[in-house]
Formats: sequence, structure tokens, C-alpha cells
Amino acid sequence: MLHLPRMTLSQTILGVRFSNPTVLASGIWGITAASWRAAARVGAGGVTTKSLWLKEHRGHVSPVIIATDHWTLNAVGVPDAGIEKAREEIGDYQRDPPVPLIANIIADTVENYGKTASAIAKLKPEFLEVNISCPNVEDELGKPFACSAHAAAAVTKAVKAVSGKIPVFIKLSPNVDSIAAIAQSCAAAGADGFTVINTVGPGMAIDLKSRMPILTNRVGGLSGPAIKPIAVRCIADVYRATDGELPIIGTGGVMTGEDALELMLAGASLIGIGSAVGYRGHKVFSLVCAEMETWCKREGVRKIGEMVGALKDVQHKA
Amino acid sequence: MSTTIPLQARLPKTYKITSMKRETEQVTSCTFDVSLGSRPGQFVMLWLPGVEEIPMSVANDDGKQLTVTFFAVGETTKKLAGLKKGDLVGLRGPFGTFYEWKPRQKLALVAGGYGAAPMYFTAREAAKDGCTLFIFVGARSKEHLLYLSAFKKLPRTTLYISTDDGSQGFKGFNVQLLEKMLKEGKQALTIDQIFACGPERMLKAVSDLSFRKKILSQLSLERYMKCGFGLCGNCVVDPLGIRLCIDGPVVKNDLARKITEFGKYHRDELGRKRVL
Repeated sequence: MLHLPRMTLSQTILGVRFSNPTVLASGIWGITAASWRAAARVGAGGVTTKSLWLKEHRGHVSPVIIATDHWTLNAVGVPDAGIEKAREEIGDYQRDPPVPLIANIIADTVENYGKTASAIAKLKPEFLEVNISCPNVEDELGKPFACSAHAAAAVTKAVKAVSGKIPVFIKLSPNVDSIAAIAQSCAAAGADGFTVINTVGPGMAIDLKSRMPILTNRVGGLSGPAIKPIAVRCIADVYRATDGELPIIGTGGVMTGEDALELMLAGASLIGIGSAVGYRGHKVFSLVCAEMETWCKREGVRKIGEMVGALKDVQHKA
Repeated sequence: MSTTIPLQARLPKTYKITSMKRETEQVTSCTFDVSLGSRPGQFVMLWLPGVEEIPMSVANDDGKQLTVTFFAVGETTKKLAGLKKGDLVGLRGPFGTFYEWKPRQKLALVAGGYGAAPMYFTAREAAKDGCTLFIFVGARSKEHLLYLSAFKKLPRTTLYISTDDGSQGFKGFNVQLLEKMLKEGKQALTIDQIFACGPERMLKAVSDLSFRKKILSQLSLERYMKCGFGLCGNCVVDPLGIRLCIDGPVVKNDLARKITEFGKYHRDELGRKRVL
């Protein structure tokens, strides 16, 4: 029997130890402490809350999530009960956390991002993730903050001013001319890391017979396997634009361990898994980890961190 | 890449309504010339294009036709009740777990309110497998009793009727009737399983009774369902964090008893706890 060397999937990111790089992405499954624990039980190395609002925020009317083998389209509309529920659930989870918790926050104004961050930071999540890039609430909120370098930096500054020692990750949108420029602007405003990417689009699907858009919101954010190449490119752009100095939670279309490793080569330290929970079931976290480990052992990679940003540059350009 | 949830459950497809049948003043059955291969206890998503999509338990799926039976209480169900033959409705599913039995078992079926619709589907399929059925149908009052004549036509079936106000059958709850039968009759020794579908208080009473009597039971737990394939997380239950669109709606009693919120509260569309 072939003897394979030991390898480790664990890493320490900004002082926080993750037993493996997979993280439950925001907006999927995790609306309660019990569901974050359940994701940890099936192998997630970290968990992200659904986007938390200061006050109650209603989502869109169903259908809100549809999918094919290639893509998932969602317009859930970021429903949340507000800060009281966040206190209860995060408080419950943080009393005995099985894996690190990333609290994702959202708001309608720069000022409210500051207020929300201040309230959530008191609950001591390991990281704050700032959703400035949701494409399915544009009717209500206008163009996402992530679409302007100036607005994105203003939110970053407001959150950093109240977050104390908790690292702040800005969740960026792929739906911009230059994600590199936005990332640089946020970095200059004090961002500690990035989550790359939020959903793509928005996109739209139509039922032929009724001639109606299927999503009641008409449009929704695109995720799933089809968006992986966009995620890889965006991660590589942000990694290069910030000289690889700020950690990236790479999210977008990861289905397998090899997908995860591809995002890591582009510059991601952690890997968000969202739509794949629908495609491969809740065991996707342990499956992706096992696939990463198998590949790394075969290729002689001893520590998963060796893969981060190890993308080589092309030698000849046409 | 193998996927766990089939395409017909992830993307609605529109079908023409084959027939509409008024069951009671508020209850309507809607039938389509399509089978989704649903099993008794599973649910589907019904999409009224341009209006809303809502979850509904399957009242029948015989391999050729699919029927849902619903109370027209909300805005969308009222619109659905107003549709006619030939109108287009989207279907997605089926979702979740279903009632399971073995051939020739003795089953007690407890149906409260419109829980009678999926329970009729269960009874019909179990009867095909040679099961002996004791069916306890309960409702607020006689005008809310459903499927009585259909239940009566099933073989090897004893039907017990109860109403809260005593307007038909036993005055009281169907679970009281079941308890009485288990106490008095010899059936208690031979009932293999109890299946229940209806209001959560009724389910809790069945859960407690079957736990005390050491009879296996399967209960249909209703939670707020949005996507149906495990992504939105709206149907998670405390303290397990499992999603009832995947691990439910039909749960065995040993699992139900580990769900501490069962009989106490559920989560609304914002994830906030709502006391029952």
C-alpha cells in the first residue's frame, strides 16, 4: 500500500484557527445557533451568519430560490428579525462555539452600517463580514455600496471605527468594472480582509408557458457552478491588487475539493460554500475537505496554506 | 456531478389545471395531469405565476395525476381557489420525507383539519399494501370534516369521527378517541404504528401518547418552507439545526422528541421564534 505523507488542512487566519478552509457561506442554512452547530457537525471549518440587520427586514415573495445543474438564482431579499434575534442566537452559539463564527452584517446607509457593526461586535464573533454587495435588493436600496470605490470605503471606515479588534472582511461584488480598484479603496480605509465574491448579475429566468419571470422579484443573484471562473478571476484580481497581504474568503461556485484548491491558488485562504449545500447536500463540507486532502497528499502538499496565492504567472501573452 | 435534489424540485414547471373540486365552503382540490412521483406525506410547491409560490401537502399522486387540497384562507390560496380548468400553475417537488409502513401492518391514522387530505393519500396507499386502518378524523366542526366518504370506501378500515363542538361524531379531540381505543380495545396490543398530520398541539398529543404506549409513530411537522432544497434555512428546528424540508416533514417520534421546540414554538419567515 502506498504510504502517503500526513497533511493538514488547518490554518490560522488573523489569529483565528480554522481546522479546515471550508466555511458555510452567508445566506445559506444558517439562521440560528442550532443551524451553525449543525453545519460544524458536518464538517464546516467556520460558519457565517445570514446577513444581520439592525431592525427587522422583510424578504421577497416566493419563489425566491430556483436552480438548475449549472446555476442557482436567488432573490431571498435578505430577511432578518433584527438585532435582538442576533443577540440571542450569537450569544447562544458563542457560549460554546465548535468552529469560528463570522457575523455578516448589512444596512441601508453608511451610518447604519456603523450602528449594526457596533452592536454585533459586542457579541464577539471571530470576524465581521460586511455585505455591501447584495444584487437582489436594488429596487429598495439602489446600487450596492460595493459598486463604488468611494461608497465601499466609506462603509469600511464606518465599520472599522466601531469594530475594535475584530477583523473586518468586506464582501465584494463581481458586478463592477474593476474589483481591484474597489478592494484597494477598502484596504486604504482599513479593511482587514475580503470575501470574494457575492452573487453575479442579477440574472433572470422566464417560464415559457406563462411567460412570467419565475422569481417574484423578477431578478436574482446568480451562484452555483457556472460562476466559479468569475470568482477565480475576481479573487486573483483582489489578491494581486492588495499584494497578497489581506486574507480572502473565496466564495463562488465551489462544488468539489479541486474547485476549492483552484480558488486557493488564486489567493483565497478560506472557502465559502453556499449553493453546493443544495447540489451535494449538507455533507458537502466533509466531502470537499476529503477531496482537498486526497489531492494534496497525492501532489505532496503538506500544509493547505502552501496553496494560497500560489498561482503562477503566464510567460507569454498574445 | 451527482445532485441530491432533482431538477423538477429546483425549478417550477407550469401545467394546466385538469379539474377543480370544491370539497367544503373553504376547501378546494386542484388536480393536474402530471405525476411528480410523490409519496404520502411529501409536499410540493405550487406557483401561481406572477403572484406567489406556496408549499402544499400532496392529497394524491397516483402516477398519472396529482391533486392538492387546500383551505382558501390567505390571499394566494383564495386566488388559487378562483382558478379554473385550463389555467396554468407551476409545480415543484416533491419534497421531504414520507410515511413508511410494511405490508399488512395495523396502522392508526390521526388527521386533524385539512391534515385529512394527505392522510387520505396515506390511507389509500397503505390499503393497497393490505394494511388494516383505524382512521381518526377530527375537525373544529362538521363542515370542516374532509374526505369522510372517501375514507369509508377503503377496505379493512374503521373510521372514527370527532369534532371540537360535537356537531358530528365524538365531541372532543381525535387523540382522545385514539387514547380511548388503545385503553379499551385489544387493538392496543397489535397497532404497529400511528401516523399523524394536523395542528401541532394534536401532533404533540399523539407523540406523548405513542411514547407512553411504546407504539412507533410518524408525525408530519409543518415549518415555514421557502426553497424546499435545504438552502434558505427557514425550516430549521432547535436544537438540532436540521432542515425539515430535507429531514421532514414526516419525522419518526424518536426524532420528534429530540426537537425541543416541537409543541412549543416555530420560526416565522424572518427566523423569529413564534410561540404556538
